[in-house]
Amino acid sequence: MALNPPPSAEVDPNAVISIRGLTKSFGDLDVLRGVDLDVQKAENVVVLGRSGSGKSVLIKIVVGLLVQDAGDVTVFGQHVHQLKRKDLDGMRRRVGFSFQHSALYDSMNVEQNLEFPLRMNTKGLSQGEVHDRIRDALEAVGLAGSLKQMPSELSGGQRKRIGIARTLILRPEIMLYDEPTAGLDPITSGEINDLINQVQENYHTSSIIITHDLTCARHTGDRVAMLLDGRVLRIGSFDDVFDTDDPRIKSFHDYNFTRRDSP
Amino acid sequence: METITPTAAEASAPKPRRTSVITPGVDAFAIGMSDGASFLKRFFVESLWRPFHVREIIKQCYEVGYRSLPLITLTGFVTGIVFTKQSRPSLAAFGATSWLPSLITIALIRSLAPLVTALICAGKVGSNIGAELGSMKVTEQIEAMEVSAINPFKYLVVTRTIATTLMVPTLMLYCSFVGMAGSYLNVHGKEGTSLAKFLKAGFANISFLDVESSVTKSFVFGFTIGIISCYKGYNATSGTQGVGKAANASVVMSMFVIFIEEMLIVQIINWIRNW
Repeated sequence: MALNPPPSAEVDPNAVISIRGLTKSFGDLDVLRGVDLDVQKAENVVVLGRSGSGKSVLIKIVVGLLVQDAGDVTVFGQHVHQLKRKDLDGMRRRVGFSFQHSALYDSMNVEQNLEFPLRMNTKGLSQGEVHDRIRDALEAVGLAGSLKQMPSELSGGQRKRIGIARTLILRPEIMLYDEPTAGLDPITSGEINDLINQVQENYHTSSIIITHDLTCARHTGDRVAMLLDGRVLRIGSFDDVFDTDDPRIKSFHDYNFTRRDSP
Repeated sequence: METITPTAAEASAPKPRRTSVITPGVDAFAIGMSDGASFLKRFFVESLWRPFHVREIIKQCYEVGYRSLPLITLTGFVTGIVFTKQSRPSLAAFGATSWLPSLITIALIRSLAPLVTALICAGKVGSNIGAELGSMKVTEQIEAMEVSAINPFKYLVVTRTIATTLMVPTLMLYCSFVGMAGSYLNVHGKEGTSLAKFLKAGFANISFLDVESSVTKSFVFGFTIGIISCYKGYNATSGTQGVGKAANASVVMSMFVIFIEEMLIVQIINWIRNW
């Protein structure tokens, strides 16, 4: 069984994201209680866990939307919580964040949703170049014909795709997906899983994929990290992680597969 | 494979209980005031530095100003007519109906137009901003801006607050004009006063200080509406219910603060007038 070594206390210099001893509480509730995790270049790491286990909190800390109570997060070798606004923005331009509910700007159509971050972050682009970038991003997610549609006119799967296209337009090196298949039917979920793999292949991105969907984890993850009780309990390939007698992990697996398969 | 479980001591460790310093209500008020002060400070800091998002400011000026015109027109016009009609019997008892233009102009410019405009904008624009930003907050659109390296405070709060600060005085002047037009129609209909005579009598007792103080007052009201509505929307929580609360709180708090400001500013202007 090819297993990953346990995370060390030292930051991995080769990792694009390195998380050490991360803790975060909300009031009396300890959500993260010492998370260690590394993401290597061009690697998809899936973080699995139950709802409310702090998965989304984890990636929000990575991108500086939340501040940890203790521990350290480095992205591209920079300590996120020590970055000044300008440097933090510089880091964020290299990181794409796909939200659970897509977070499309509902007062803008699809084209404007993609144009807005591009215009705000790149100077001197001609109108033609902007259109080319928008077309490329939409083609990458298979929705080239939806330029003028409003977010309210899109299906859940389409909204997810446009959300991903909006992040791709800045050509990120890291992608953070928050529950990419939540609320989608199995066919659309499968398409989103394929899209995540295509993004990794075409854009050579490193990704953290937050999910509780084991099908998504199996299809997209190079490695899977099981987050339980505020810590990464197990990390490795999908099969290795679930090759255990730990009832908490087994029940997670069985609920997703055995119960779904039973009549 | 590494398996880590919390130790029994960690799992059973007692959590420190949060207690209020004075009472929960007083604590919440103090925290709210502190948050509000930080928000205000951030506005002044952020508004000084580039980018200024001029295009967005113009768009918001259009939203706040142009889209409020029908309501301001109706309210100003009706206020002018009704105030004239209600004042006539009192002045007629002293044979002083010729003072109507002057009375209406003074009342409109000094007090009615700034207050009516501010209250209408607090209701229409304040609720709009509170609901819009609240909705953006609960649907993670503000966070989406943040992670796209766009400063949402600058793009959403600074632009809207500048727009309300600029547009409320403009609408106030327009409201005064429309109110006087309504009053003139009524005076002309009853007394047959000409427009030239109405305007001459109306502005006979209006000083520069009257107009200037009303414009200044409207700047303060506009800023109040913008900053409070943005604060309430920007800090909305609890899903769609939070959006409704943000919209409601934007209007209620804006109106409350506007009345307090009105009282204070009138005192200051009277003090300047008598100085």
